[in-house]
Amino acid sequence: MNARKIYPLYFSFGALALYFALFFFPCVLGLFYSFTDWNSFRPELNFVGLDNYRNLFKTNTPYLLYFWNTIKFTFFTTLWKTIVGFFLALLFTRASRMANFQRMVVFSPQVLSFLIVGLVFRSLLHPSSGFVNNALDFVGLSALKQNWLTNLAWAFKSIIAVDTWKGVGYVMVVFIAGLKAIPSSYHEAAVVDGASYAQRVLRITIPMLVPSIMVVTVLNITYGFRVFDIIYVLTNGGPGYATGVINTAVFKEFSKGDYGMGTTLSTVLFFFITLISYFLIKAMMSKEVEA
Amino acid sequence: MTLSREYASRKLAAKTLLSILSWLVVLVFILPGAVILINSFKDKNEASTMDLALPAVLRPENYATVFEKGNLAVTFLNSGLYAAGSSALTVALTLSAAFVLSRRKDRRSSVIYFFIVLGTALPMNYVALMKVMKGLALINTRLGLVLLYAAIAIPISLFIAYGYVSTLPREIDEAAVIDGCSPRTLFVLVIAPLLKPIAATVFVLDFMSSWNDFIMPLYFLNSTRTWPMTLGVYNFFGMYQTQWNLVSADIALTSLPVLIVFVFGQKYIVGGITAGAVKG
Repeated sequence: MNARKIYPLYFSFGALALYFALFFFPCVLGLFYSFTDWNSFRPELNFVGLDNYRNLFKTNTPYLLYFWNTIKFTFFTTLWKTIVGFFLALLFTRASRMANFQRMVVFSPQVLSFLIVGLVFRSLLHPSSGFVNNALDFVGLSALKQNWLTNLAWAFKSIIAVDTWKGVGYVMVVFIAGLKAIPSSYHEAAVVDGASYAQRVLRITIPMLVPSIMVVTVLNITYGFRVFDIIYVLTNGGPGYATGVINTAVFKEFSKGDYGMGTTLSTVLFFFITLISYFLIKAMMSKEVEA
Repeated sequence: MTLSREYASRKLAAKTLLSILSWLVVLVFILPGAVILINSFKDKNEASTMDLALPAVLRPENYATVFEKGNLAVTFLNSGLYAAGSSALTVALTLSAAFVLSRRKDRRSSVIYFFIVLGTALPMNYVALMKVMKGLALINTRLGLVLLYAAIAIPISLFIAYGYVSTLPREIDEAAVIDGCSPRTLFVLVIAPLLKPIAATVFVLDFMSSWNDFIMPLYFLNSTRTWPMTLGVYNFFGMYQTQWNLVSADIALTSLPVLIVFVFGQKYIVGGITAGAVKG
């Protein structure tokens, strides 16, 4: 039968058109505007060549720090979510009603808005009225009290911790699905051969979980580079420029009316992510061929 | 004999330890919510230290105050409209697209598929998007936000639906066509009913992500009339920062709908997430 007739391509045009108009096209348009001085103060548009890109590297601008912070955020949240998510998956993988409930609780922050989670932790981490410092007082560990979100040494760590808290349930759920797909005969055979639990985790569980780990890593990395909400709500990039990332910088430029610079930052992020996705997908494809 | 008893008691100890550990983990995830809930019933002074001490007098009137001052009726309606409208649109557009793209094995359809799915990783260019929204007269409008959320949700939804369509046998289509179905009736009467489970998953996932979104209204809506719940809460927080009891009540009220959706739609949410992730 003629596939072209039964499955007319125009069925996909609605999705394609909307995605193109409001997602892809702005990215391309942004590239064009990144060579201009587009702003909210003057109506005319001037070409400035690579000036916006040169601005990124000037020593009196914080842009390079923002890029570095974005990479740092991505690296550490991916790392922690994967490690903690793996141990939580091992802990909660058994099939019981109790474990089901526990999994649900650990997963639940995933369905909340970043804004809500951010506000909850702004309250919990408040230096004088917050729950965390009060609890430390209560158990006699007042020495450990911190200005969690305003201290230069702690702000970034707090953000990473909060983001891990919110996102780890997702990683856990994907890992549990992966664990369930491992045939139980593998473990049984290993037990008969006298393998310890640690040996089984190392030699059977982790190698069998590699596809899930890859998927989760790709998702965590692409999320990390695009992060905005949680940082905007928790610290708004402060103290100073210390926790600013690319997307908080884009919003700053947008608010200031410096659209040219904002779109330049977005464009650089665009190419950055495209490049990284290319290598990640290539790595995944080659793994699939081997398997 | 003693050896096996020792083994049994060691096993029991390990089991108890693991059970304690898992409840400690659960505590880490419940505690923030519990703190918020308890403090939402306190008066202003009691809530100036956020702790687990129960309030002297329960103050449910905090919720009434928040509902009124937080403009919750309007923001909830707006959020509901954005989330429901964009999810319905996304389901309709992506299921039909997934159907033909997954069935046709030619070059053009795979190019379209990969081009759209690329959007799951790409960052939005918000500044340039503003220009486009202005050009289409969609800025500061409710319709604009509905279309925008649909555009964002399309890539991941198509990805999830595409995998599901490929599990349906082609023989169904062929039989229907032989019986005289046109492509449209084939999709609407035969295929769409079979896609119900994945439609539910896509709908619930999209609904939650648009309900929770904070960025788009921050960039593209400047009138309080059109604000969704997230922007309303953020604004409320700005005004009542010193009254943690009210802020807590606001947080509790606005998280409640999603948590309810989560408890009842758990199957679709977790199923959709793992389907999307594992098939990738």
